[in-house]
Amino acid sequence: MSATEPLMEVRDIEKHFPLTRGIVLARRAGAVKAVDGVSFDVLRGETLGIVGETGCGKSTTARLMVRLLEPTAGTVRFEGEDITRLRGGRLKAVRRELQMVFQDPYSSLNPRKTVGSIVAEPFAIHGLHTERAERREQVKGLMDRVGLNPEHYNRYPHEFSGGQRQRIGVARALALGPKLLIADEPVSALDVSIQAQVLNLLRELQRDMGLTLVLISHDLSVVRHMCDRVAVMYAGKIVELAENEALYSEPSHPYTRELLAAVPGARSDRRTITG
Amino acid sequence: MTRYIIRRVLWGILLLILVTALMFVLFRILPTGDPARLRAGRNASPKVIAAIRHDLGLDKSLPAQFWIYMKDVFLHFNLGYSYYSNAPVRGLIAERLGATLSLMLGGAVIWLAVGLPVGIVSALRRGSRLDRVSMGTALVFVSAPEYWLGLIALYLFAADIGQVKIFPGAGSYVGLTSDPWKWFTSLLLPWLVLAAGSAAVYARLMRGSLTETMGEDYIRTARAKGLSERRVVLRHGVRSAINPILTILALDIATLLGGAILVEVVFDIHGIGLLAYTAIRHSDLLVVQGTVLLGALFIVVANIVVDIAYAYLDPRVRYS
Amino acid sequence: MSTVEEPPLLRVEDLRVEFPTEDGVVKAVDGITYEVGRGRTLGIVGESGSGKTVAAMTVLGLTRVQGARISGRVVFEGVDLLGLDEGALQRIRGNEIAMIFQDPSTALHPLYKVGAQIVEAVRAHQDVTKAAARKRTIELLGLVGIPDPGTRVDDYPHEFSGGMRQRAMIAMALANEPRLLIADEPTTALDVTVQAQILALLERLRAELGMAIVIVTHDIGVVAEMADEIAVMYAGRIVEMAATETLLNRPEHPYTWGLLRSIPKLDGPRLERLEPIKGSPPSLIDPPSGCHFHPRCEYAQPDHARIDPELLPLPDDPSHSVACLLEPQMRRKLWEESV
Repeated sequence: MSATEPLMEVRDIEKHFPLTRGIVLARRAGAVKAVDGVSFDVLRGETLGIVGETGCGKSTTARLMVRLLEPTAGTVRFEGEDITRLRGGRLKAVRRELQMVFQDPYSSLNPRKTVGSIVAEPFAIHGLHTERAERREQVKGLMDRVGLNPEHYNRYPHEFSGGQRQRIGVARALALGPKLLIADEPVSALDVSIQAQVLNLLRELQRDMGLTLVLISHDLSVVRHMCDRVAVMYAGKIVELAENEALYSEPSHPYTRELLAAVPGARSDRRTITG
Repeated sequence: MTRYIIRRVLWGILLLILVTALMFVLFRILPTGDPARLRAGRNASPKVIAAIRHDLGLDKSLPAQFWIYMKDVFLHFNLGYSYYSNAPVRGLIAERLGATLSLMLGGAVIWLAVGLPVGIVSALRRGSRLDRVSMGTALVFVSAPEYWLGLIALYLFAADIGQVKIFPGAGSYVGLTSDPWKWFTSLLLPWLVLAAGSAAVYARLMRGSLTETMGEDYIRTARAKGLSERRVVLRHGVRSAINPILTILALDIATLLGGAILVEVVFDIHGIGLLAYTAIRHSDLLVVQGTVLLGALFIVVANIVVDIAYAYLDPRVRYS
Repeated sequence: MSTVEEPPLLRVEDLRVEFPTEDGVVKAVDGITYEVGRGRTLGIVGESGSGKTVAAMTVLGLTRVQGARISGRVVFEGVDLLGLDEGALQRIRGNEIAMIFQDPSTALHPLYKVGAQIVEAVRAHQDVTKAAARKRTIELLGLVGIPDPGTRVDDYPHEFSGGMRQRAMIAMALANEPRLLIADEPTTALDVTVQAQILALLERLRAELGMAIVIVTHDIGVVAEMADEIAVMYAGRIVEMAATETLLNRPEHPYTWGLLRSIPKLDGPRLERLEPIKGSPPSLIDPPSGCHFHPRCEYAQPDHARIDPELLPLPDDPSHSVACLLEPQMRRKLWEESV
């Protein structure tokens, strides 16, 4: 297992959702090809961005990567191991290394559980830190790590702001010490000034914990700021994959150029925001 | 769209077959007494009973009985013979349907005419005294049992036994064709009793549905267009709010067509409900079976009608 | 910014909007003043809880139905809209002042055809036949760039894509040739490429019809592209207002600095860290005393918690106003140092 091998290899994955027809018996008449042949590597320690508009398949791709969905075709390898069709115990073990932070901080946390139990849930599932006191210490540590007040572990999600809830989601994702963290639109639902806080947090954690980060977003500016390499998706396929600098200064695919040109304020010569 | 309708109808037929089969099983299991003996009457000799049993086909094997039964119902629409009334079940039902229909239609008109506007006004004036009074009253009528309301109504207003003799009393119902005026007056009190509980239910339903609808974004858009508030409420708000209510209405009507038992009994109206009630008391199984089947038929048809109607009421449904 | 002294199309003066709720009185808008010139575009920028949407809706009196307590003046073509009764306001809505909203998938009535909804808007203010209104509707749909308008006019909203729906909403808003269009987050719910098309459409229509636009948004990029002037709102107040170029290059309020610094840029070098504004937006039931921004401001002084800053024009640039208690010289220095 050399250090230069990619952490994850995605090859020709496809995900089709069938459409049915028929009066009495439902026959398959076609499919929605959410992901239609996507291949890329995720390098150890990098931040990879996947951008695209609604319906391009980026969220589905993310779910295929963490095996929340099983691909209709293609393979996903993690640290050299083929995890495409894993089941049972082995899949559960792999799940500790692959975690995801979701988009909507208002609906991705169980409102009836305290923050402490939300963050501790991964421990319970994987049988770690079974001692109550030890578990609490771990949870507090995680909350502190993500910038939350550890004394609030008995509070409920609705008592926190959107940005704080997103931090809770991050804490939960980090509980098992994963190697790969996928963030699906982590800041889209947040106010601009809070977005910066959460993005900075992700950056910091990545550095401190040696995480590899995959960031899914529709916001090109966010991806520009955070990612080393960027993949642009359209209609279930990757149309361009390049280093950050190269993509933003000299995009080669026409769709990428269209996307960049469309960002409000990008074309205007009035816009000279210094920074 | 036609595929959608065909699919619904096919499932409906299947459902009816299942219900009929289920009833066959139920009535064989229930300890209600030997139909042959009941049919034969008191003090019948075993030979007579045996003869009747043979007539009714009860001496055949169960699967054979089942097959004959299903064939009778679905191919010949023969629902059997009532031992108590000495008449074919089909005929009895046909006779009584008119009364139930009259009762139900009048009741529905009243409960809609009262319940919906009350619900609308309550929704628009949520929290006001008017709202609280009407919802409180509605709660009372929803909770009051129909037969109790019926008896109270008779006690207060019936021409024969009431305190204030306004309406004709129980048992005065006649068919529409024989005496229209008497038909109408004899139904007034039953209509009011039937409608009371339902008006309350529909008022509460409309209040809830409209309140939710008025919070939608498209209401804001309608106001921003400069439409009068009346138009906003009626054509934009109520139009959306009424959809779920129509579904419920169809099912309510279907259920009542199977017989508004309590009201018919209290007011002695010879409809399907009273027929069923009498048949149950006398273990007249085939009549009970007939009324249950009829009820099931109405509900299945109502469901299909609602499903189809919804496609017209809500264009988004057509493509799923 | 015009050289001739023309009375503004819209002048909002010391507008205050409060909502009594179970938890207390929400001071959504706490005294804002601004003007919109004929044919000009004003951008109102703010995050959630800034009061920008309530302020926009109050111009048309749409918050009255929510039980709002409103004070101040909203003067349109010389008439104070806040003093008008509901009937008079209805004659103005969708007619001289129109409004479009954020989410086109919920802003159109799902059970009526798109054409029918636009016809309704036309006939609400013009005494024309159904046929004439339908003709006008088809024209409008074409004007906003919907292909094959003669057929699409009979489609339902769910048969349109997101971008098309927003175009249809714009068509509906323009039905009676309003002089002022208020757009509340018109592109937020749309994809980036569609956003660009809609903004371009709005700009084109504004030029063709000579309409004034007020764009309310949280996205500075949008106002940077569309607006002549920008007003920045925070916790119910306007903290800064200036011509677009001035605001983006020489902002004077610490909140504006914070906003500009916390946004990742598309051009320019990739920064090591974004500069977020510490803390979170305040509750409007119990906003901070004095300057609403002081708890999050790096440069706050003790007495900023007591004194309410006024929105005052700068001496050397009357079109640029700031509501800040810091000394102007010091502000300039701080900004220059941080750049």
